[in-house]
Amino acid sequence: MAGFIVKRMLQAIFATLIVTLLVSYAIRLTGDPALMLTQGAGSITEADLARIREALGVNRPFLVQYFEFLRGMVTFDFGKSFLGGTSVGLLIKGALPSTLVLAFWSMLVSIMISIPLGITAAVHRNKMVDQVIRVFSLVGLSFPNFWLAIMLVLVFSITWNLLPPSGMVGSLSYIMPSVTMGIILTATNVRLVRTTMLETLNAQYIMVARAKGLSERKVLYKHALRNCAIPLITYLGLQFGGLLGGIVVIERVFNWPGMGTLAFDAVGARDYPVLQATIMVLSLMIILVNLAVDIIYGLVDPRIRTE
Amino acid sequence: MKESSSDASSLIRVENLTVAFGAEKVVEDLSFSVRSGQTLAIVGESGSGKSVTSLSILRLADISGAHYLGGRILFESTKGEQDLLALSQQEMRAIRGKEIAMIFQEPMTSLNPVFTIGDQIAEVLQLHEGMARKEALAEGVKLLKMVRLADAESIIGRYPHQLSGGMRQRVMIAMALACRPKLLIADEPTTALDVTIQAQILAILRDLKDSLDMGIIFITHDMGVVAEMADDVVVMRKGHKVEEQPVEAIFTNPQHLYTQTLLSAVPKLGAMNGEDFPKRLPVSVYDEAGAHTEGELRVQNTANYEAAPLVRVEDLVVRFNVKKNFLGRPTHRVHAVEEISLDIYPGETLALVGESGSGKSTIGRTIQQLQESQAGNITFNGKRFADMGRGEKRALRQKIQYIFQDPYASLDPRKTVGFSIAEPIRTHGILHDQELIEKRVSELLDRVGLSASHGRRYPHEFSGGQRQRICIARALASDPELIIADEALSALDVSVQAQIINLFMDLQEERGLSYLFISHDMAVVEQISHRVAVLYLGQIVEFGSRRQVFENPTHSYTQNLLAAVPIADPHQRIMMAINEADIPSPIRAVGNEPARLSHREVAPGHLVANQ
Repeated sequence: MAGFIVKRMLQAIFATLIVTLLVSYAIRLTGDPALMLTQGAGSITEADLARIREALGVNRPFLVQYFEFLRGMVTFDFGKSFLGGTSVGLLIKGALPSTLVLAFWSMLVSIMISIPLGITAAVHRNKMVDQVIRVFSLVGLSFPNFWLAIMLVLVFSITWNLLPPSGMVGSLSYIMPSVTMGIILTATNVRLVRTTMLETLNAQYIMVARAKGLSERKVLYKHALRNCAIPLITYLGLQFGGLLGGIVVIERVFNWPGMGTLAFDAVGARDYPVLQATIMVLSLMIILVNLAVDIIYGLVDPRIRTE
Repeated sequence: MKESSSDASSLIRVENLTVAFGAEKVVEDLSFSVRSGQTLAIVGESGSGKSVTSLSILRLADISGAHYLGGRILFESTKGEQDLLALSQQEMRAIRGKEIAMIFQEPMTSLNPVFTIGDQIAEVLQLHEGMARKEALAEGVKLLKMVRLADAESIIGRYPHQLSGGMRQRVMIAMALACRPKLLIADEPTTALDVTIQAQILAILRDLKDSLDMGIIFITHDMGVVAEMADDVVVMRKGHKVEEQPVEAIFTNPQHLYTQTLLSAVPKLGAMNGEDFPKRLPVSVYDEAGAHTEGELRVQNTANYEAAPLVRVEDLVVRFNVKKNFLGRPTHRVHAVEEISLDIYPGETLALVGESGSGKSTIGRTIQQLQESQAGNITFNGKRFADMGRGEKRALRQKIQYIFQDPYASLDPRKTVGFSIAEPIRTHGILHDQELIEKRVSELLDRVGLSASHGRRYPHEFSGGQRQRICIARALASDPELIIADEALSALDVSVQAQIINLFMDLQEERGLSYLFISHDMAVVEQISHRVAVLYLGQIVEFGSRRQVFENPTHSYTQNLLAAVPIADPHQRIMMAINEADIPSPIRAVGNEPARLSHREVAPGHLVANQ
């Protein structure tokens, strides 16, 4: 197990290097931060621009800039934002928790809804309940997340005035963004739970559990669900990446002060240090979550643990 | 039909039970009864309704959508006599596992892989006996000892995948008996197990039935097991009871024509004593019109030992890495095949027999080039595999065909069977003209006893026996010289099995085919093969003509193997001490090589490993 984790760690470091290298390089192809900063500032000469580039350090060769960034990664000094010169580390420290909390609640909402619904659909396969659940999951898959977000705002904030429409202001403000993300995830998760559950319910040990006299609840939630865990956890791990991507959009809609907003603004301003750092942190999160998934496998499945 | 004896001492009385799925009645007007201490065997082939009957008693058939159209199931529970069909699922839960317990066919999949053995046994005791977990685990250890599992204290903490099939089935029995049920339903409990393990499990069940004074309903298709276990026998066919008699009478004086044909189709070990060659036997077939006999008796003297061997296997070694260390180096290997040498002659059926882990399938797979070998030579028609180019090896795939155990899994469900049969003709470029290919497919279907119009249908439209015929037609399509039949008869009902055996023999007679016949069923092997190799942990322990091996088994392992086969005769029950240890495993640590067996020739062509 220890060897396995070390191997995965090395893979993770390698993956992070590749991601940051690609991102750092690609963003430099998209525009000049000096031009962005001076937009609408009137008479700017080429010499002014060169001075700005010099000050930002973007006139140096790409690899020099990249290695500086890598050095920053190791020493936890990500440099300063091109906009206002705030420390990038501080910006991320402020934004990361809001995003992670949102991601956590979204996942939780999705799991809480999709597991019972998926199991219900599997148990009543091809019956009315199953059809209804499947139609709703299809609907959930088909509409865009920002549309759902806007509708929620319209109903709960504007019409009924129950929830704050935007910003991170108190615990009530978590509800709409998490529910929006949660429902989008639920649409796919319900189908996944249903399919894996159907397969598991055919297993002989489920019949054995029933023949023991166990209640249907115990059969489903103890004997069957635990066996569905491996494919579910794998998928949830992969889904985490998509979740972070989705959060960028949702954070914009709800004006949520998280990594998504940070990254969005940084792209607009070609704020290289901020963008590099946000993307690196997000990809690190995804890699860590999938590493955690590999470890959790062993916990839920003795066949893997005792290998 | 005679009414079942419904005396007051019955533990369970099934009266006129009719069960349907949708519009289809799968059990109709079925009656029988079981007393405490009695074993009732319900015998039947696939589709007889025997498993539905057992699931109906537990009311587990409800979950798959069964409707009870009529009848009663009266059970003498601790609350007095109850009609199980009238109880709610909730009331049934108090009976399931507590008063009526069940053992299922597949020990490999009957236990939940994510819970320990101890937790799975304790669960029943906690549920029905109100025990605390610790107390229940302690009781679990006692139960495991009761089913003769050595090392019960350690097994209680292990997971199912760490146990062999035989051990898992013992665990299942322990679990079923945890609350000392009055009635045990055993649905084909030994079908998936090796014969020596089967003999152990049957002995344990018989032993416990007496000490716990249970009634047992034993569901099986195997007449040998019936003779071994039953006091009384119910024979079912297509949802109906066709006959009910005490076990002696069923075998000595079967009344119904169906029972008679069923018994005549069962290959009996020892039936071929005194014969030099395998024999094609007439088959009794039972259908709506009655019983009739098909085919003639013929001595199968097809093997040509004058010719050069078709296949020569020399010192073959096949190993698989199973465990790796931190650096990815193998630490444990399966020694599947260890220096095996054998020849297959034209027109000969060579049988490989042995239990799981003996390496018999691996030899077949290596000859068919589905598996790489680590050492040794295989020669086909005088040419070594090692000297062949890629093209020659491909051409060889045409000459060697494989037939698998599960005919359903080996046919593509989305292609017509005609397409599947034509595929080897196309891939090997034997025929190119579409019309000629179709003609050839029709001939092949006709040859295996199906009609040309069947070619347009899909695999799910056929029965198991028909599917195996299709697989044989496909194997014949490329005009092979050797067919490797790997447990090709094991999934079939005995009556169908007898017909397929004859088909194999007819094809051998016509085409001079050689068969490598891989099987664990000693009685079938005795009927079909010219020579037999008995394998144990990847090595040959005995090799000789059919007559030498079956009439004069010399190695102790061969003797044990033959002794463990249940005979379809209640007077010849197996008397075997219950073995507490498990059979040794072919998995070994790297560097720990197995000792090579040396052989002596006890008669011309009869080789026996020295012990």
